[in-house]
Amino acid sequence: MLEKDIKDISVELEYPMGMLKDSSTADFLAKVHARVKARWKSGFSESSFRRILYCAGICVLVLLVAIFFSLVIASLPAIRNFGIWFLSGVTWDPVRSEFGAFPFLVGTLATSFLALIISVIFSIPLSIFLGEYSAQGATSTFIKSMIELLAGVPSVIYGFCGLFLLAPLVRNLEMKLGVAPYGVGIFTASLVLSIMIIPYSASIGREVISLVPSDLKEAALSLGATRFEVIRKVVLPYAGSGIIAGILLSLGRALGETMAVTMVIGNSNFIPKGIFSPANTLASAIANEFTEATGSLYLSSLIELGLVLFIVTTVINVLGKLIIRRMGVGV
Amino acid sequence: MKRKVFALRMNRVLCFITVLSILLVLGNKGMAKQTELIGAGATFPYPLYSKMYDVYHKEYGVKVNYQAIGSGGGIRQLISKTVDFGGSDAIMSDKDLAEASAPVLHIPTCAGAVVLTYNLTGDPQLRFTPDVIADIFLGKISKWNDRRISAINPGAKLPDMNITVVHRSDGSGTTFIFSDYLGKVSAEWKEKVGTGPSLNWPAGLGGKGNPGVAGLVKQTPGSIGYVELIYALQNKMPYGMVKNKKGKFVTATIASTSHAAETNLPDDMKVSLTDSDAPEGYPISGFTWILVYKELNYAGRSEEKAKELVKLLWWMTHEGQKNAEPLHYAPLSKKAVENAEKLIKSVTYNGKPMMK
Repeated sequence: MLEKDIKDISVELEYPMGMLKDSSTADFLAKVHARVKARWKSGFSESSFRRILYCAGICVLVLLVAIFFSLVIASLPAIRNFGIWFLSGVTWDPVRSEFGAFPFLVGTLATSFLALIISVIFSIPLSIFLGEYSAQGATSTFIKSMIELLAGVPSVIYGFCGLFLLAPLVRNLEMKLGVAPYGVGIFTASLVLSIMIIPYSASIGREVISLVPSDLKEAALSLGATRFEVIRKVVLPYAGSGIIAGILLSLGRALGETMAVTMVIGNSNFIPKGIFSPANTLASAIANEFTEATGSLYLSSLIELGLVLFIVTTVINVLGKLIIRRMGVGV
Repeated sequence: MKRKVFALRMNRVLCFITVLSILLVLGNKGMAKQTELIGAGATFPYPLYSKMYDVYHKEYGVKVNYQAIGSGGGIRQLISKTVDFGGSDAIMSDKDLAEASAPVLHIPTCAGAVVLTYNLTGDPQLRFTPDVIADIFLGKISKWNDRRISAINPGAKLPDMNITVVHRSDGSGTTFIFSDYLGKVSAEWKEKVGTGPSLNWPAGLGGKGNPGVAGLVKQTPGSIGYVELIYALQNKMPYGMVKNKKGKFVTATIASTSHAAETNLPDDMKVSLTDSDAPEGYPISGFTWILVYKELNYAGRSEEKAKELVKLLWWMTHEGQKNAEPLHYAPLSKKAVENAEKLIKSVTYNGKPMMK
């Protein structure tokens, strides 16, 4: 054993060096030291690390279930009073305590899906461009950071921009079309939402597309496929489920978005008649009326709106996961 | 060697964290020792209360913390006894009073006016009568050049445009005052819509907060909305004159708002000033109140805190009133102050009145 090893061992194990000069003790202690070090590195940290990970996972699950149950408990007065008719009720009248969630449900689904359609038109080409055509280089890095910046802008700012910049433009369009020139409504809200949710699907789509194995693409190219055909027939099918997962994420974001929507949707508690009518969404109604709500039926109806939003988001996520599984390959 | 250094570093980090957390906790503890009064409620008087409490703190050293979470929130917090006083633009309903389970006093602090602001080219000065206002907001009058509007505005050039109604999307005391007025002047409004901080509006767009409504009206040509007088003044928006009960077309000003309170005021001050009998009064006015429990010994409050609260209330209705006019709030009339004094003198702690 080297002098240095003996010194190290004696310091780490705080064992007097003199006693280690004896080689058999030194050997024994070296073996002990080696085993302790090995176990510290793999055994002890391995199992406890795994336990920490399990705990983190279970914590998230417990939190989710707890949120669900607290929503249910807090909305019990409304559930008992309205039952399932809450979902189909069209009146929201705090003075007479008649509450129905249908107009909000329609508003939420209409704005979210319209926003999704508009954003997909931009985000899929964007992810193909950044994943395939311009994967490296200054332009690509610049565009990537711009997209991430879009995601970082606070939603209130989107609301302000929507109200002061976009609404006048939409108003001009409505006047040209001969519709009531509100400027705010489902169309404006969907436009604002679509810009907000582009980053989520674009980033994930780009990641998945860049992960397509190059030998697949090269095989197709070597068989004579054009770049466009490679994308259509090799890259997109392979990355399909990942792109859908990104789109699902952006849809989830759109369903729950509150501040930006409430500023540009017109806040009219009626079922919207067309794309330019004002409407209201579940999240926006809760945000607007929660602080002033007095009376347990009013409050619990608002919380039941939150419960409905929770369930709608969960259902859409589950459906989305089924679609992804059907598509098979990929993420 | 490495383990020893690691252990030493961990020790230092742990020491640092412990000291930091002790300091953070102590920071808050120190604050609780000096008397601090906590209130929550209406957003309408928040600028005034903010100024008042700042002045009060400089004069008397007592800190008052007021959170503008809305009248409904203020009432809820008062009922759950987490605050010393609540602020509300609306009188507590019987349901809320029953939940509070102890008598609650409504002490007025100032008055405000709700004005009708509109967006028409040329900013004409328009006049409105109660039935016309009600029918516009019910959606029955849909064009600006309707006969009824032009009949009361003979000089004004009214365009052939649709009226876009703008209302509040959130619950608010402003809506309460406005709907209270409409309920008094229109039987159809009272039946169809009713009075409250949140309503099932028959028509129009909703804006969040007074600034939201003002913003929407400013942007949408041909729109009409209701906002607190202060917002119309600050945003330099035109607002209409309204015909009061005595038949006079009154413009909303601080003077006309205070005038509206020159009627018979009940002792408990739970009175609505809308459509008042006062000849020079602006008809869409209302008080804003501070809500306190009559008996201040609840949830472990000390007698000293009760004394400070009563002192604060007395100051707000007397010396504090001079802060109202510079901020465009209408100060209390003499009769209102007299009634407020009686109410404040009836506040007790363990049955003993706090102020003689």
